[in-house]
Amino acid sequence: MSDIRFTKDHEWVRVEGDTATVGISEYAQEQLGDVVFVELPTVGADVEAGGDAAVVESVKAASEVYSPVSGRIVEINEDLEASPSLVNESAEDEGWFWRIELSDPDELDELMTAKDYKAFLEGLD
Amino acid sequence: MRYLPHTAQDRRAMLQTIGVGSVDDLFVDVPRSAVLDKPLDLPNHAGELAVERALGKMAARNVAAGSVPFFVGGGAYRHHVPAAVDHLIQRSEFLTAYTPYQPEVSQGTLQVLFEFQTQVALLTGMEVANASMYDGATACAEAVLMANRVTRRRRTVLSGGLHPQYRAVVETQSRFLDGSIVAAAPDAGGREDLIGMIDADTACVVVQNPTFFGHLHDLRKLAEACHAQGALLVVAVAETVSLGAVTPPGAMGADIVVAEGQSLGNALNFGGPYLGLFAAREKFVRQMPGRLCGETVDADGRRGFVLTLSTREQHIRREKATSNICTNSGLCSLAFTIHLSLLGEDGFKQLAMLNHARACAAAARLSGIPGVDVLNESFFNEFTVRLPKPAAAVVEAMAGRNVLAGIPVSRLLPGAGLDDLLLVAATETTTEEDIATLGDALGEVLR
Repeated sequence: MSDIRFTKDHEWVRVEGDTATVGISEYAQEQLGDVVFVELPTVGADVEAGGDAAVVESVKAASEVYSPVSGRIVEINEDLEASPSLVNESAEDEGWFWRIELSDPDELDELMTAKDYKAFLEGLD
Repeated sequence: MRYLPHTAQDRRAMLQTIGVGSVDDLFVDVPRSAVLDKPLDLPNHAGELAVERALGKMAARNVAAGSVPFFVGGGAYRHHVPAAVDHLIQRSEFLTAYTPYQPEVSQGTLQVLFEFQTQVALLTGMEVANASMYDGATACAEAVLMANRVTRRRRTVLSGGLHPQYRAVVETQSRFLDGSIVAAAPDAGGREDLIGMIDADTACVVVQNPTFFGHLHDLRKLAEACHAQGALLVVAVAETVSLGAVTPPGAMGADIVVAEGQSLGNALNFGGPYLGLFAAREKFVRQMPGRLCGETVDADGRRGFVLTLSTREQHIRREKATSNICTNSGLCSLAFTIHLSLLGEDGFKQLAMLNHARACAAAARLSGIPGVDVLNESFFNEFTVRLPKPAAAVVEAMAGRNVLAGIPVSRLLPGAGLDDLLLVAATETTTEEDIATLGDALGEVLR
């Protein structure tokens, strides 16, 4: 759980070797309320850091989810289709969105560590 | 009475604020060729009675649909609308807020929309329907955009049996998508095969049933071919009454069904306002355009209706909305629902069979005229005939005899080499006498 990074848009990315898993933070799911639908990217698609990759829809709103890093989508969390509430129940684990093959691992250095992100959230309130 | 709110002084003050010398200066960006160089040739103002007389005199020069034998269809059909429809749509229960975003003050509108959606889903054989679109053509264009979103592909195949105006609207609406539209040649004979045109980049295939030329097709094989390539099948229906007699598109594998609902509850209205029907499979519901009304319960557990899945819409998602149309044809859909409710399921089927029978009688009468060929092996209430002369001239000569014989195909497809073809439609309003008059007049004109 230590090698997790966060964006200012409340996405997280966890690196495991050449690939990384992406999702939205615990804070983001709280802000959204009950998640009712997640529109995921297609496997094989190339995404840019900061580019639109998914949409998460709650009873209140629909929000874009941006990719924290550039690369190619290699897997998507198909469980979210039937159980979008996994995002609420386990945002930073079972509610992951997609896995990505990194094209530029240096991008990770631009992102916040868990500690930085916590400080960032405190600054938001 | 003056209808101009601004005085000369008001206009001067506004021009001064903007910093231009005259109203004409505001239109400098408009090409000169498009600007009037003299005032319109219109008479000056007059009293209400005089205006009524003048306009009445002009209107009397029209050969009105209801006053002569009338065989014009092509996506707009003259049907009998029960008098009760016009009375009921004016009841105060339905005069709730125009935009029913606040369910507490719009239950009248919302419940009707819910009933309407249920009817559309049943008619088309689909799982979910929206609260209506502007008309059949715009609904068709929205279906293409939706298929692009669902499949994430950009290639669209249009049947040669699709109404030329539907095709034109699809092309206009798709102009700023980086996609391609492949349109098959006009299919007057009803023999086209689109299956070879589907590839792995195809988002959807759009067909009309009955086609613009009146042919009916079993769409099952086409639907299978689409699905095998991951494409969607969009079916357009320009005459909703046909759904009372023809297998619904949903039962033949359609993924999106659009239709023109004008035939039920709505008059010809000089071409509009009309009523677009839009239905799809439930798994695509989040990509649907327009409003969607759902059933729910209030805080006390009582049944009520609300607009639902609104995150698809502009007021929530702005540029990510599924459509820039965030309204529906409320009054036209109300009339549709009341008319269909008055008919009931059996009445609707009877109406459809009556339309078909009238068209069969008209086709039989016309095919007995030397030199006239009916092209269709199958049709619902409209068919195509080949004439020994250009159809446009024949229609003009028939109108001079007070018979509106139909639509020359060349009017909608100029330069397609189909100048000898005429579209003929009949409905329950067509009498035996009308058909006899049509046949006699055509026989004379062609002699």
